[in-house]
Amino acid sequence: MLDVKAGDEQSFALLLHRYRGPLINFLYRMVRNREQAEDLAQEVFIRVYRAREDYVPSAKFTTWLFRIATNLALNSVRDSRYQRMEISLDAPVTVDSEDGDEKGLDVAEKHPNIEQHLIEETRKKMIRHAIDKLPEKQRAAVLLHKYQELDYGEISKILQCSESALKSLLFRAYETLRVELAPLVAQRGS
Amino acid sequence: MSCSRMENKILAYVDGRLKEGERATMEKHLAACAACRVRVSEFRAVHVLLDELPMIEPSAAFDIRMQARVAAEPAKRSWWAWFMPAPRVAFAAAMLLLATVWIGSRTQKNNLSADDIDNINQNMSVLENYDVISDFGALSELPQPVQADDNSDANQNQDQNQQQNQNQTM
Repeated sequence: MLDVKAGDEQSFALLLHRYRGPLINFLYRMVRNREQAEDLAQEVFIRVYRAREDYVPSAKFTTWLFRIATNLALNSVRDSRYQRMEISLDAPVTVDSEDGDEKGLDVAEKHPNIEQHLIEETRKKMIRHAIDKLPEKQRAAVLLHKYQELDYGEISKILQCSESALKSLLFRAYETLRVELAPLVAQRGS
Repeated sequence: MSCSRMENKILAYVDGRLKEGERATMEKHLAACAACRVRVSEFRAVHVLLDELPMIEPSAAFDIRMQARVAAEPAKRSWWAWFMPAPRVAFAAAMLLLATVWIGSRTQKNNLSADDIDNINQNMSVLENYDVISDFGALSELPQPVQADDNSDANQNQDQNQQQNQNQTM
């Protein structure tokens, strides 16, 4: 990032290449829509690019990057929740649309056994639903903890809370997931 | 140690992020508490389940759009470019600066010399009492012979000079 600050455009391209995947996945799991996740990721990178001259390496770059991303994602989730409430109560949300636009794999190609494929898809759907049901901040904490493998100090800076508050937030989130995913957890345990 | 005190450390234990001493305390508690043992095992199961969610790849359009957006960003500006959007402000600031310099130079010209200051100091008593002297009625009633005397002295001097000149010519 210091090279980007010095005006090295090539370094920004490298930064983009390195972080776009994790960032888009994080945002996708937050907002549950690929297109929206990519739009938000672009916004994050543009903000980083615009702020490059003022960048002070007081914290890790990933902390800064995911802090911007989390703030944008939380705002987007809140906005879309209000929008959904406003649009219509008549239009029921179908099971498929709840899954966002994550396309299933080609059944014939990847799963010769269609029954096995359906079981796997159901499991994934349950896991996605369990994550989606978490309050936004808990969801962000779980995603940063589980998928970005950030340490507690970094996550607490991103979510702007104390480390002990974060531990308690994560504990509550994993407790909820444990209950929501109880059938799958039991299968794994047996 | 009670279960509630262990709660915030269970996840760190599952992650393997506890310090040596904390881990030993946790394991001691787990050996005695079946509920926490179950919780640890189920947290581990949740962890594994979360791994089942597939990752998505950025679309091909993402890079293209990103490049276009970065290219559309204004170029890096130097410090003086700050003035560019506001030429009127820059002009006004320059005029203000010129006016300040001009006023400063004028006041320097009007400064008194050391002789002037000495003069003023010598006549300070008169200046301090100027109000009294200027309104002093008795002074205004006095005749003004001073100028006439000066003139008569001057005339006398002139006459003497003329006589001397005549004597010399003779």
